[in-house]
Amino acid sequence: MSLAQPHNLPGKLFVVEGIDGSGKSTQLKLLHDWLNSRGYPVFFTEWNSSALVRETTKKGKKKDLLTPTTFSLLHATDFADRLSYEVIPPLKAGMIVLADRYVYTAFARDVVRGVHPEWVRNLYAFAVRPDLAIYFRTPIDVALDRLLSARAKIKYHEAGMDLGLSRDVHESFRIFQSRVLSEYDQVVTEYGLAVMDAAEPINVQQERVRELVAARLEAYTVRRGSLRKSTKPFWRTFPTPSASLEP
Amino acid sequence: MRGTQIAQLKEWLQVEGYGVVETGWSRSALMAKSIDAAKAGNMLNPLTFSLLYATDFADRLEKQIIPALRAGFVVLADRYIYTAFARDFVRGADPTWVRELFSFALVPDLVCYLRIGVDDLIQRVLESGGMNYWESGMDLRLGTDLFDCFRKYQGLLLKEFDRMTEPYGFHVVDASKPIDKIQAQLRTMVAPLLPKSRRGGTAVLSAEAAGAGSATSQAAGASAGAVAGAPVAGAAGPGAAVPGADSGERTPAPVAVAAAGTGPEHPADGRTEEEGRG
Repeated sequence: MSLAQPHNLPGKLFVVEGIDGSGKSTQLKLLHDWLNSRGYPVFFTEWNSSALVRETTKKGKKKDLLTPTTFSLLHATDFADRLSYEVIPPLKAGMIVLADRYVYTAFARDVVRGVHPEWVRNLYAFAVRPDLAIYFRTPIDVALDRLLSARAKIKYHEAGMDLGLSRDVHESFRIFQSRVLSEYDQVVTEYGLAVMDAAEPINVQQERVRELVAARLEAYTVRRGSLRKSTKPFWRTFPTPSASLEP
Repeated sequence: MRGTQIAQLKEWLQVEGYGVVETGWSRSALMAKSIDAAKAGNMLNPLTFSLLYATDFADRLEKQIIPALRAGFVVLADRYIYTAFARDFVRGADPTWVRELFSFALVPDLVCYLRIGVDDLIQRVLESGGMNYWESGMDLRLGTDLFDCFRKYQGLLLKEFDRMTEPYGFHVVDASKPIDKIQAQLRTMVAPLLPKSRRGGTAVLSAEAAGAGSATSQAAGASAGAVAGAPVAGAAGPGAAVPGADSGERTPAPVAVAAAGTGPEHPADGRTEEEGRG
């Protein structure tokens, strides 16, 4: 498995990327619902969510113990763990895997934090190459407005406060995320990400997302797993004792 | 073994007036707990295994080793990136990937590979507490029981360390010799790297600034420690200028020593790490 070559597993891997407040998670959720409604088996995985390093990352972030290198390595460890347990097995089983953020997040963010671009690309060389990666391009003000309206507070690392760019959270967010945006532009060209205008209305974007996904599903066949809901419970098909006793 | 040697080396250096900082594998403030938990639950696969140790190493390098070198200390490392190389290679990791992963490491001024044969190693390990799951590479399922696994796993590690000896310039020390003999040999290797005097210091070697990914290695069966540093008094560290040096003049004289030895994962009882790594 490698980021450099398409995988040939039976499943499909779809990825969304973008800065915080780009609306990518909303779009992925809508896509998830749509795929479910079409009867596709879907598996969802999210950046920085594995149990293996969760506590360490949390502690490291809270106490500001992380350097750019350890920050990057911890996220790579998280990614490797999820890749082994949450991405590869469902892909091998022929499922559709939806990933909220993927290696491109590291390529953009870690580089802004000062990690060498080539080093971080090599670090993630073991990743499975997605069948489709959509980048939600967002003007910085739109992202800031969305975040503020949703939770009124911007997180420390989201704003890149660890970089000491500014004492003001909003200002720091603006500077940090603008740099992340320009790194993303680089990544988009380098890895051929599909670009979505994240300032468009939600439904308009979703339509396009579905078109892009549908195009990748043309040759895809659903493998029915034993865990799928079936309209008919299987035991109904067995003869009951009373039925078999009937003359 | 490694642990004992490093402790004695440290004492000697301090008596000689050098400031010494010791650092051990998987003992970073950030990662030690995660690694222990992951090992206890056998949650690791070869990929996360490499990455957790790399994170631990990065934390110690940036928070412990580099600051100490900048402040003019001699750093003694009980195992270095070579241990990671050997373990990862044995687990089938892509060598280029692993070397690139650790490319941010500093090149030690000296890498001592405390080499010990598997049979001698087995004796030592059994005498000092016995074999454990990870030192035996049980995750690789190389044999039917702990002993077989240990033997095969440590043998593989030894081979990897031997293979690295030349390219990375390890100084091989026969670790089957008595402790004091080994110690004498280590001191002979370290001495020329230390600055002669505080004034006019002859800089001996300086730890190379990072970069290129090379690493030192620890020895198989033995432990490796890397030491780099300048005597307390002053010397500018490697690469970076020493910030805030008090006295105006600094003599550059960082030294790096690495001891490799066999031993177990816990340096305290040096069991197998050296060769193998646990």
